[in-house]
Amino acid sequence: MDFNDTPEEAAFRAESRAFLSANAEPKAGSRPSLRLGGMDTEAVKRCKAWQVKKADAGLAGLTWPSKHGGREAPAIFQVIYNQEEEDFTVPRGLFEIGLGMCIPTMMAYAQPEQLDRFVRPALRGEEVWCQLFSEPAGGSDLAALRTRAERDGDDWVINGQKIWTSGAHLSDFGIIVVRTDPNVPKHEGLTFFFLDMRSPGIEIRPIHQMSGTRHFNEVFFTDVRVPDAQRLGGVGQGWKVSLTTLMNERLAVGEVARPDVDDLVALSRSVVLNGEPAIRSTAVRERIAEWYARSQGLKFTRFRTMTALSRGETPGPENSIAKLVNASKLQDIASYGMDLMGEAGLVVDDDLAEAYAMFQSALLSSPSARIAGGSDEILRNIIAERVLGLPADIRVDKGVPFNRVPTGKR
Amino acid sequence: MNFDFSDDLKQLRDQARRFLSEQCAPAVVRRSLDRQETHAAGLWSAIADMGWIGAAIPESYGGAGLGYEGLCVLAEELGRVVAPVPFGSTAYLAAEAILAAGSEAQKREWLPRIADGSVTGCFALAEGTGNPDPASIHARSVGGRLSGVKWPVADGGIADVAIVVARDETGGIALFLARGADALRRDLTTVDPTRNQARLEFDGAPAERLGQAGGWELVQRLLDRAAILIAFEQVGGSEAALQMARGYAMERYAFGRPIGSFQAIKHKLADVYVALELARSNAYYGAWALSADAAELPLAAATARVSATEAFHLASKENIQTHGGIGFTWAVDCHLFYRRSKNLALTLGGAPFWKNRLVDLLETKNAA
Repeated sequence: MDFNDTPEEAAFRAESRAFLSANAEPKAGSRPSLRLGGMDTEAVKRCKAWQVKKADAGLAGLTWPSKHGGREAPAIFQVIYNQEEEDFTVPRGLFEIGLGMCIPTMMAYAQPEQLDRFVRPALRGEEVWCQLFSEPAGGSDLAALRTRAERDGDDWVINGQKIWTSGAHLSDFGIIVVRTDPNVPKHEGLTFFFLDMRSPGIEIRPIHQMSGTRHFNEVFFTDVRVPDAQRLGGVGQGWKVSLTTLMNERLAVGEVARPDVDDLVALSRSVVLNGEPAIRSTAVRERIAEWYARSQGLKFTRFRTMTALSRGETPGPENSIAKLVNASKLQDIASYGMDLMGEAGLVVDDDLAEAYAMFQSALLSSPSARIAGGSDEILRNIIAERVLGLPADIRVDKGVPFNRVPTGKR
Repeated sequence: MNFDFSDDLKQLRDQARRFLSEQCAPAVVRRSLDRQETHAAGLWSAIADMGWIGAAIPESYGGAGLGYEGLCVLAEELGRVVAPVPFGSTAYLAAEAILAAGSEAQKREWLPRIADGSVTGCFALAEGTGNPDPASIHARSVGGRLSGVKWPVADGGIADVAIVVARDETGGIALFLARGADALRRDLTTVDPTRNQARLEFDGAPAERLGQAGGWELVQRLLDRAAILIAFEQVGGSEAALQMARGYAMERYAFGRPIGSFQAIKHKLADVYVALELARSNAYYGAWALSADAAELPLAAATARVSATEAFHLASKENIQTHGGIGFTWAVDCHLFYRRSKNLALTLGGAPFWKNRLVDLLETKNAA
């Protein structure tokens, strides 16, 4: 065993490091980016400027075809770049979905001339993409979605509602899965398109989240026309295309959200409990040790994934453990850190709060980490079925035409 | 990045798994469980013939020179089958103590005989209830004569030699080598009869000091190194318990369907899988630290130990739970894992000891 890069990997790591050192602020000692305010116009500008800089340096679209501005590098390069980027504060939050999910789906299903038109502007951050999947009636049960598309000449006409669409209000284009046939079982009646987010009939309403931010949106469709040429995959093949999108979720775990165990250690040293630093308490030490072991376990699981990537192997669904563990860990550490502060743990005022209020901020934002992008429950199903090979759930809607599936009141 | 075992070691693992599935079937473990024998003597000598005991002992001392990663691979497989043999006591502790502290003459005298299986070892640390602590050591060796009471000592009832943690003439802590036969020995009844535990009473028994080194640091260093190997046994046991639960959940029907199709079972076993993978990754880091003799070894060891203890506890108890009532019977093997899980969890200190040590090391590291 060793932690060494191959010569090619080492050269690429050095290249990434050099680029980041020249263009970004090191993270060490900086306050965490809390993103309390969501993404304002200035933040969008910063994200776009950063993306074009990356693209010019040949560090965007690392695994993509060179004719679209990519580098055709092995997947391990993306992991290496992400690792290096973790040490720097860079603008984030605008392109992850487009570059991570939408464009890869386009590359699998769109026509060559469409790729010529769309891939490069996305890669350079000139056009932003969103993913229109979830609906009020289709969350974990995505295939239960009800937004309709009906054929009208060379167009399709879309009516319905999407929800939890990250960044819809900032997006130029979107990918969407809709129901084109309600008379067949739910997975068989779906079709997939891409569309212009400025099409007439689209209305976007930001959702006010419990954390106080507005990052997700409701998107309403009223007689929105989409050309059939923008269909991705066959009519009725939308579920298969959706799975392509979902499988393209980022390989590498992004930055670990704060507060993490290091932040809890720092807090435990400064906060007093029973007359001494909290870290002297056996109870506190046990909790720190348990979370540290989990953090390290994830870190080294990622090293095992990198080893597989480095050998050109495809990492399996075992990767879904990272999000499952991290989300609850974040929620629990946030809550426990506040417990250590006593009643002052309630305070988020900048001048008074401990640790830049990151524990309080995470308390309110972490519930979404356990739901978005595959809830804890869905991830456990995936592990149980795809890793352990346990039987799929019994489904009462199996084989039933969609318009005859029971729906309930919510 | 190569955070995986080499192809050679994967072959060794496959070979060990095949060998143990034949030679260490549950029926073999049950002979110890039912107290028909203290340990599987036939299996132990076969293991010696395979060269496993000396896997990490240098070839110059009669070992196989496979290195510590090789020993980790074997530990995982022995843990998987709940092997009733004194492997850890001999290979992770006695041999390691002699390698770490013994004089050249002592290494030459003992290591080849340990490697070929003609000498079985044990590590006599504890003196009753409590976690590892220098203040608890009262055994003493004066003028080559050792006195004191050690219990519990894993495999103490069957070991030919005991490495005894005791005080020297000056009151300092050191390691002494004594013959098992020179102690008054009593086998102990424990929650895991598949591994021998004994009380060893030394009353002026002849004992030779291992080298000149001493101090609690030496003892702790041995504990750290052994902790990584024990973590691999725990990982192997966790995986076996998870596979057993999975197999039963696929076959057992209730309410007209396999119980493995209920989310209550699926999510439980998914949680076990997550704990197991975290433990495995932490153990791998420990394997790297052992084989590289890295400065990170103590923290890696404590982390691996905490992680693997949690995983095996979860895997073994949820295996019983998945089985339901049949899992609570003597006849079904669930309790072999449950017993061994607790045994390994307490070996060389329980979770509170290792968690505290982990944070000690974390504080030192952050201060540096």
